[in-house]
Amino acid sequence: MMQNSRLLQSLLTMAVLALWASITVAEVTGPTIPKAKEMANPDTKCIKPVEDMRKNHMHYLLHQRDETLREGIREEKFKGESLKECIGCHNAPAKDGKVARVSEREHFCNACHSYAAVKIDCFDCHADKPANTEYRHPLGGAIKTSQTGFDSKQLLNQPTLDPVAAKEDKKP
Amino acid sequence: MSDDTSLNLTRRQFLGTSSALAGLAIAPGVFLTKVAHAGDTEAATDKNRWGMLIDTSKCATGCNECVTACNKENGISGTHGPATDAQWIRKVTLTDKQTGYVQSLPLMCQHCANPPCVDVCPTGASMKRADGIVLVDKHICIGCRYCMMACPYKARSFIHEVLEEQKAVAPRGKGTVESCTMCVQRVDANRGEADKSKHVDPACVEACNASGHKAMWFGDLKDPDSEIATELKKHGGQQLRADLQLNTGVRYQGIT
Repeated sequence: MMQNSRLLQSLLTMAVLALWASITVAEVTGPTIPKAKEMANPDTKCIKPVEDMRKNHMHYLLHQRDETLREGIREEKFKGESLKECIGCHNAPAKDGKVARVSEREHFCNACHSYAAVKIDCFDCHADKPANTEYRHPLGGAIKTSQTGFDSKQLLNQPTLDPVAAKEDKKP
Repeated sequence: MSDDTSLNLTRRQFLGTSSALAGLAIAPGVFLTKVAHAGDTEAATDKNRWGMLIDTSKCATGCNECVTACNKENGISGTHGPATDAQWIRKVTLTDKQTGYVQSLPLMCQHCANPPCVDVCPTGASMKRADGIVLVDKHICIGCRYCMMACPYKARSFIHEVLEEQKAVAPRGKGTVESCTMCVQRVDANRGEADKSKHVDPACVEACNASGHKAMWFGDLKDPDSEIATELKKHGGQQLRADLQLNTGVRYQGIT
């Protein structure tokens, strides 16, 4: 009898905890990601799908930086893919004309990184705001696989990144 | 997930597959197909060797145009005085004690063919590009400053302080070593521009020409038709500390 009431008590506590946790989770909102200067055209999208970019931007940047610095392959090949291009379009000036610095929540990169508590040191050296606030990179043109090793297809084949597969999973 | 996106991704996957096939190598470094564009879509090669020639007889004592232009182009500004401030190019005054003859010259990274800074770097951050430009890969520089010790020209600087307001074309930051890049951003922009009349010189050379002194040339040492190669062939050029056999990319005329 004693054991039963203890079991009941612990079950009840767990249920209350679970309820509380679900309420807390429901209240948490994601980071507010600032909009780019221009919404991508529905035909071209952005340079890469959002899901891909969210998961793989660091791989693209890491790979690109070595080719750029060591081999001098710059804008043309990576149109839209370099850190300079990210900043050029995504860290847009606010309505009052103010451009967010990387230390602020309004900064495109920091909006997510401060939320995820992932410290980045890119902007210890790189400029955190666009040199030309009017600049917009061309959309939809940079989908290329590098000649020298990095294969973005490998990353895209990961199940979480395949929207077709994800859709099928959701089917009842 | 909208249908548009999945369509787009399918296309992307298709592109990925096709380009992976196109990129099949017949041997390491040899590809069946290559992007046809010239310029900065392709890696810099050893077909070029970028260099400078400086005529010290035309370089005016007291003129600082090249230094100012370099600082402006690459976003270099002072923090705590000359002992620690970064210096990519500096003016040096030489005085002959016997005759009293004074001459002035700009001194920067000499872009050696056999750079001692690259030899001593423990991480591979100090590197020479295929086209002869010596750079620091700040992504992997640990700030040990061995290269600064090794450089006979004292051409490199260490960044002691947190920096802000860097230029997009010249990333610089605390804890890394840096030096003249021969305005590599301009060199690469030139590679992407077929029209030679639109090619731009490094900031220092541009400023020297604009000031009317015209003491500096920039160009391809390997191109026999380039202005710098012609001038070198005609009048010769001296390496600083030629005894070290570093085969410098920056040459001087008129040092006595």
